[in-house]
Amino acid sequence: MAEQVLSIPPRESPVWRMFKSLALIRESVVGMVGLALIVFWVLVAVFANVLAPFPPNATIMPMAMPGTVGPDGSVFWLGTDHIGRDILSRIIYGSRRVLIFAPVATFCAYALGTPMGLAAGYRRGMTDDVLSFIANIILSFPVLVLYVIIIATVGASAINILVAVTFASAPGIFRIVRGLALDLRNREYVYAAETRGESPWRIMLVEILPNARGPLIVDACLRLGYVIITIGVLGFLGLGLPPPDPDWGGMINETRALATSFPHMTIYPVIAISSLVLGFNLLADGLREVSLRD
Amino acid sequence: MLVFIVRRLGTMILTMVVVSILLFLLLEINSASVAIKVLGPYTSEEQRNLWLEAHGYFRPIHIRYFDWLGNFIVGNFGDSIRFKVPVGEILWPRLANTGILGLAAMAVVIPLSLTLGVLAGMREGSKLDRVISVGSIVTTSIPEFASAVLLSAIFVYYLDLLPGTSSMSDGFSPVQLILPAMVLILYDFGYVTRMTRASMAEVMTTHYVRTAVLKGLPYRAVIMRHALRNALIAPFTVIMLQINWLLSGVIVVEFAFAYKGFGALLLEASLNQDLYMIEACAMVAVFVAVITQMVADIGYTYLNPRIRFA
Repeated sequence: MAEQVLSIPPRESPVWRMFKSLALIRESVVGMVGLALIVFWVLVAVFANVLAPFPPNATIMPMAMPGTVGPDGSVFWLGTDHIGRDILSRIIYGSRRVLIFAPVATFCAYALGTPMGLAAGYRRGMTDDVLSFIANIILSFPVLVLYVIIIATVGASAINILVAVTFASAPGIFRIVRGLALDLRNREYVYAAETRGESPWRIMLVEILPNARGPLIVDACLRLGYVIITIGVLGFLGLGLPPPDPDWGGMINETRALATSFPHMTIYPVIAISSLVLGFNLLADGLREVSLRD
Repeated sequence: MLVFIVRRLGTMILTMVVVSILLFLLLEINSASVAIKVLGPYTSEEQRNLWLEAHGYFRPIHIRYFDWLGNFIVGNFGDSIRFKVPVGEILWPRLANTGILGLAAMAVVIPLSLTLGVLAGMREGSKLDRVISVGSIVTTSIPEFASAVLLSAIFVYYLDLLPGTSSMSDGFSPVQLILPAMVLILYDFGYVTRMTRASMAEVMTTHYVRTAVLKGLPYRAVIMRHALRNALIAPFTVIMLQINWLLSGVIVVEFAFAYKGFGALLLEASLNQDLYMIEACAMVAVFVAVITQMVADIGYTYLNPRIRFA
């Protein structure tokens, strides 16, 4: 019998391992389509000032149909809106707003919901009861009712929308993290850490949280899509960020009265927002698929 | 079982009380702003103080709250600032309109998504499953306001088949219900379908289904008699909780189609700072949400004999 050499492969850094597991997404067609849509919009947002043919707020030529040639010879590929702003340029610049706002709001919601979920799931008892009760109360509001009341009462501004989205999304994140922590707290590596005498917060953040990352990443993608919808809805209801800077939901709201005669004014922003949300939803589905496989 | 129901009822009442406190604090803690909202911005300090005095706003906040709560429970919501009539007179008919819209949407969503979900979950990974799964993701990705605009463009502008607004100004007309209901259906069915699919797929991997298959039962019988019954427990909860989503959805849809329902009322009230109307609408919304959540919980426990209630 050959002598067996016990070799322990060198431990890879956690960041690298996470990257490797995320890279499995290339095995899922659906996931790759989603990723492509997201990458497309990110590139559009980054290079907005190069790509946009016109300044987003310049009023040039009202009610132009798609393909009209403008006064200086350049073409309005997607037409212009009711006060003469180029729709393509507004969609391109609008992607910046969405792609900054939605991730920041989602991140804030996670920053609030995750520690609370960890604490509730790991410590249980009173901590859990109190936090769960608060979360359930916020979750008992139909989400949009909550947004409408908050925003209408405190006024629509960037920071208020951010706070409202954080406040309304955190309880959902809390619930998921709590559930995962309840499950993971009984693992042997947690007992080992407890025996080593590590502090509760170190156990929660270093032992439990990294092992809960799979479902959380999938949830974050879905949530990002949902936050994008929310920001769009608020814009559509007239509760969004103040004009004139382009906002996809706001663009649809401003021009929907004209949609029966000039459907191009609303349809292109609709396609923009739907494709971005679709990107995140497909990516989430793909990630779930590949994470179930291993 | 009884203990369980009573306990759920207790939680529900407690939730409602906390929500009412939060709402009261958010909207009425500053009595000066209440007076401005009720009397309008062009009133003198003196007038406002007289009004506040007459309506007991100088009493301590907790007494004001209990007074408010007492009135609320007996259905006395106060007068709408905008419509100058008691809130209830506007609210109840509007709620009935939303009920009709919601029922119309649910009447399609439930059978449609259960059928699609079961078909997809029956053979996980099959072509049919992929089509249904991706299709449901695509429809859920189109926000309600977006599909409202898209569907109006198609059915009102290009095909000229349906009316573009649903104000029902000349009495109730089912044709005007089609577009708003369609938007709700399109957005909501995907989620229920996916949940049904997941539940069905899980049941299909259980031992008793495998036993039934290996026993040589016809596939139909396995599905109908063994799998379905257990697979439909989870979707029941999802459908009940979907009502909570529907309440959010109707705000957008009713606004988009000028449908005179509860969602539009809440939005208008919020935009106009119609204080007592906001309070009543919000409480009704939370009440409906909490009730459906409770029914979902109790129903789930009742349907699923594996759960022991304590």
